[in-house]
Amino acid sequence: MKALEIRRLRKVYPNGFEALKGIDLDVEEGEFFALLGPNGAGKSTTIGIVSSLIRRTEGRVRIFGHDPERAPVAAKRCLGLVPQEFNFNVFEPVEEILVNMAGYYGIPRAQARRRAERYLEELGLEPYRRTMARNLSGGLKRRLMIARALMHAPRLLILDEPTAGVDIEIRRSMWEYLRRINAAGTTIILTTHYLEEAESLCRRIAIIHQGRIIEHSSMKALLARLDTETFVLDLRRPLSAPPPDGDCRFRCLDPLTLEVDVPRHRSLNELFCHLAERGIEVMSMRNKTNRLEQLFMRLVREEPGGGSDAA
Amino acid sequence: MLREHWIALRTLALKEFLRFIRIWVQTVLPPVVTTALYFIIFGALIGRRLGPVGGHPYMVWLVPGLVMLAVVTNAYANVVSSFFSAKFHRHIEELLVAPVPNALVLAGYVAGGVARGLVVGLAVLGTAAVFAELHFAHPGVALAVWLLTSVLFSLAGLINGIYARTFDDISIVPTFVLTPLTYLGGIFYSIDMLPPFWKTLSLGNPLLYIINSFRYGMLGVSDVSLGIGFGVIGAFILVLAAWALWLLGHSSALRH
Repeated sequence: MKALEIRRLRKVYPNGFEALKGIDLDVEEGEFFALLGPNGAGKSTTIGIVSSLIRRTEGRVRIFGHDPERAPVAAKRCLGLVPQEFNFNVFEPVEEILVNMAGYYGIPRAQARRRAERYLEELGLEPYRRTMARNLSGGLKRRLMIARALMHAPRLLILDEPTAGVDIEIRRSMWEYLRRINAAGTTIILTTHYLEEAESLCRRIAIIHQGRIIEHSSMKALLARLDTETFVLDLRRPLSAPPPDGDCRFRCLDPLTLEVDVPRHRSLNELFCHLAERGIEVMSMRNKTNRLEQLFMRLVREEPGGGSDAA
Repeated sequence: MLREHWIALRTLALKEFLRFIRIWVQTVLPPVVTTALYFIIFGALIGRRLGPVGGHPYMVWLVPGLVMLAVVTNAYANVVSSFFSAKFHRHIEELLVAPVPNALVLAGYVAGGVARGLVVGLAVLGTAAVFAELHFAHPGVALAVWLLTSVLFSLAGLINGIYARTFDDISIVPTFVLTPLTYLGGIFYSIDMLPPFWKTLSLGNPLLYIINSFRYGMLGVSDVSLGIGFGVIGAFILVLAAWALWLLGHSSALRH
């Protein structure tokens, strides 16, 4: 079953700006799906329409088969939203925010308190249950928004840049948590500016640019389109000049650091043989840029009027 | 479905109730202090030199008007500030994404306004009891006017809250419309004391009907007919409820 089905969705704002130009999008039940795009591409408008915060101009939206305009109660029950900006009452205690949200979904208070208990525990918010939300750190506020979105056990969870501004440790713990709830059956749609995050978590992806979907495929199929990958190698001994190119292209960044473009058909074993034959010892290596980031930039630039201010 | 909607309504109403109780120093205490000052200045100092009004000592005659003044301003202030704040801080989105029908959003906020109208009204009555003897000639009428007035001004506050774009916008109506109408609605005087022109003009002030209907409930005297009083309150409630409900469904201030 489709968790989300969007057909020919258009949005024209009162000032005449056409934010969505007839997009189609399908997300299957159980997927971990990435919706990427530069700033102003239409991601938040799409999410706003799906979550009933923005009215569509034209087109069709179905959440597990329910139209949010014609059957709002059924559609909204299936959906949990973690918006980009903090939108809870900062003058309320953490636990009250969770219990009230459950109440809006018709969950009795005693049951809501039990659920709040569970999510406070799972998301590390237990010590802050009576803390006013305004006194939480940025990372804790993000986790509170995730907990709040899960209170009514939604079948589809939409996260709009959930890890923006949080440190790497919290980000990774949130990834782990999202993986767990996805494995437990919740369909997840994620928008993020950290493409490493999308590549690590999501199996399918759509890229939206200037109100149009310019890519909609599996992560694997998309990454397979990369023809080269760039690595940075840290060397044991200094080099005076880069080794001869062959299939791979080498550049010396400094005497102890070498950058290499490896074509897709070449294995890393071949690269290391090539270097070993020349007496070059590699101490460590890393990707120069994230693979998805490379593709993203290429796809966006290829579009008419392409170019973006951020990934 | 009905049970779930009832839980949602209860949740919102309780949240609104706890909101103003949590900040009682800002919400419940000021009307008590203001009322005490009114009684000391207008009742004890000036009122002592005045004769009875409507067959009651001036101090007793003041009570219904001061209670209604507190009910009107507090029911309005509760909803307008709470709703605008929810819009400003965007936590109104919690309600917009949840399966809560607009009628329940309206009812929840109005319930909060009515609760504050009742709590503040009781606090003012308690303060009044220190200075004057309380009468309840028609307690049912008094209670009905009290409740309906709270509903009416909660609805008005909600409409103001939906339209408001800045904090200035939520103080314009209370300062420049509500306060003058309330003060000129016969809190401190009977319109029988006015010259004919001003008396006729006063009959166009809806607050006059509210204050006098409540005065009838407490003291059994009124400058206007009780039927007209209830008619005015009921008509305003119907119009404002329809307007607020339409705005909740269509206002671009809530959904683009």
